[in-house]
Amino acid sequence: MSTIHVDVVSATESLYSGEANCVFAPASTGELGIYPKHVALLSTLKPGEVRVETDKGVESIYVSGGIVEVQPDVVTIFSDTAIRAHDLDESKALEAKQRAEEAMANSDTGHDVGTTQAALAEAMAQLQMISKMRGKKL
Amino acid sequence: MAVGKEIRTQIASIKNTQKITSAMEMVAASKMKKAQNRMLASRPYSEKISKVIGHLAYAHSEFEHPYMKEAGDVKRIGVIIVSSDRGLCGGLNTNLFRSLLKQVADYQAKGIEVEICTIGKKATSFFKNSGLTIKSVLTDLGDAPHFDDLLGTVKVMLDAYDEGEIQQLSVAYNRFENTMTQVPTVTQLVPMVAGEVDDMDHYWDYIYEPDAQEALNALLVRYIEALVYQGLVENIACEQSSRMISMKSATDNAGDMVQELELVYNKARQAAITQEISEIVSGASAV
Repeated sequence: MSTIHVDVVSATESLYSGEANCVFAPASTGELGIYPKHVALLSTLKPGEVRVETDKGVESIYVSGGIVEVQPDVVTIFSDTAIRAHDLDESKALEAKQRAEEAMANSDTGHDVGTTQAALAEAMAQLQMISKMRGKKL
Repeated sequence: MAVGKEIRTQIASIKNTQKITSAMEMVAASKMKKAQNRMLASRPYSEKISKVIGHLAYAHSEFEHPYMKEAGDVKRIGVIIVSSDRGLCGGLNTNLFRSLLKQVADYQAKGIEVEICTIGKKATSFFKNSGLTIKSVLTDLGDAPHFDDLLGTVKVMLDAYDEGEIQQLSVAYNRFENTMTQVPTVTQLVPMVAGEVDDMDHYWDYIYEPDAQEALNALLVRYIEALVYQGLVENIACEQSSRMISMKSATDNAGDMVQELELVYNKARQAAITQEISEIVSGASAV
């Protein structure tokens, strides 16, 4: 089976680089499954999980938005601030969610509703990811 | 002995200064290591995104983004100037500012106005009285700047570009060549200069999601931010290595001065002793 080269990078580090059988990325219009020889594509990402399936197993990386570029033999994912999934700090995510919800509750006090909603979506995605990782471990 | 009291206090104060500069040298050396690692860690991102921009230049997009086409008449340009917050780092900032001022003078001779955005306290205080319009200021980033810190400042300049206030945007910073060499660099951000030629001459285009404008906008804004961020982390690595070197030479110079002063002090002391002996001897022979 042919493989596709995958790079996942964030501004501060390279998170994954290697060959894969296929990649799943949370594109803004829905989850994207990318196999080798995919047509060239450029899409924005929403907060969620990038799954890289290799012969050795599945690598999952959390991204909080970003961009994916697909060329027939290369996939490049630019993560805005990508942290490895098991590094995620659950309490921080909860806190962020709480803050975001509080801000939403008093949205008429001059808070930007758009940014708050984005923060909430991000916190939800992080929590979902954590609970999924937990499920796998148990 | 009263001889050379001034010299002794001078030696003591130089030795104190030497202790401080050698401590600063060691601090800068350890910070430089970290700054270099950060710089190397952020390189993959900017390299990859430049590559994608290179691909994009050869895609036959149905939508041409304003950042990718040349503005016709350049009347005003914007420059983002990256500098350090703190001094005592040799000629690092001054060299950058000087080469920049030369370029600004060239532009002004052609009737092009220059607007700037300063990152770091040194640039802010230097350009405050230069007569150039400062559009935005960012200071106190520390040694480990976060990507988020930049977004606001970059946006101010990009908005100015979008609204046609400026027709060109560049970033000026010190490029890290190696520990000894830092090169003042000015890179044009928008409109984008076409990347390296790839062997992609056949007709093709991306599928854009959600649509061409939105996807390109997200990509190009990130590209510009990545370039500015890369400039910022390189400048920090430059700052630390430049500080290390200048503190090292300050420490060495202090050592030389102490040596010279000790020589002077010993000469004075010996002269005093000789004089005393000759006074005693002549006193004794007179009796």
